[in-house]
Amino acid sequence: MKKALSILSIFGVAVLAALVPDAAFAQESTSGELTRLGLALGAGLGIAIAAGVAGLGQGRATAAALSGIARNPGASSKILTPMIIGLALIESLVIYALLIAFLLQGKI
Amino acid sequence: MEHFSWFTLIGMDKYDYILGSIVVLILLTLAGLSIKKALSRKDAVLPEEKFSLRTVFEILTLDFLFDLFTNMLGSKKQAKKYFPLLGASFFFILFANLLGLVPGFLPPTGNFNVPVACALVIFVMYNYYGLKENGWAYLKHFAGPVIFLAPLMIIIEIISHLVRPVSLSLRLFMNITGDHMVLGIFTNLLHYVIPALFVGLGLFVSFLQAFIFTVLSAIYIALATSHEADIE
Repeated sequence: MKKALSILSIFGVAVLAALVPDAAFAQESTSGELTRLGLALGAGLGIAIAAGVAGLGQGRATAAALSGIARNPGASSKILTPMIIGLALIESLVIYALLIAFLLQGKI
Repeated sequence: MEHFSWFTLIGMDKYDYILGSIVVLILLTLAGLSIKKALSRKDAVLPEEKFSLRTVFEILTLDFLFDLFTNMLGSKKQAKKYFPLLGASFFFILFANLLGLVPGFLPPTGNFNVPVACALVIFVMYNYYGLKENGWAYLKHFAGPVIFLAPLMIIIEIISHLVRPVSLSLRLFMNITGDHMVLGIFTNLLHYVIPALFVGLGLFVSFLQAFIFTVLSAIYIALATSHEADIE
């Protein structure tokens, strides 16, 4: 986890460092490019991170529900309904991020 | 990505969602009339042998929805009281979502206005039921558990109450729109067999979103109409 964060931060710093000379020299012609790069990166990375973390969350919910069913197979329908509700609520957070990604992508 | 809908033949394809909602309401009315006719025969107490519209609706409403609302709202009497609003929202949203799977129709819930309308109705009605049930003591729900935390808790509670219709409508709208878009993109990529899987996904998502909307509305009504003594 920490290794992934450090790799991501190094990548972000590298992108910014590569683009600062361009942005400092010519504002009008390449600021459009920089804006479009920012919008595209934001849209792509936003939905990717949201979907990845939601996958982890839904995995935990399903694992807890499965272990409950394994202990008590007779209660499986009573466990299934709250599990479905929990999965849909977690998924709705991804849907909010998808909406922002669509709005950003429409402005490129 | 173009979309053909039957309403382009009449030339009113800008108003797809209004005409789609009217089609859903006509379908629901016809289903209701046919079930009423089936229920008013003399031996209506016995269930029918074959698979008919009446048995499908009996399974959906009595076995599924009524037991769900009895669990959420606490008692059968409460479930019967709020069943018209919640059942109507479940069936309207279910049929509206399913209409998008029929070739040539756009789902009415795929336009932003229709889920907002459904969520606003639920928002107004649960506040109304809370005020009717508890009187002005309903406002004590906003104050939180302890009295001297009240200024902080009122702000937090008001914000969370205002977010509820936003989240209900946004979840429904984006799920149906996203599913429709995914179906469109995959039909563009692979024209023949694989898009059938996405129609199956569309069926699942339609049912699940109608179910989630109704369950959350039932929970909001249960929270609003709960008496102080029940919380202890």
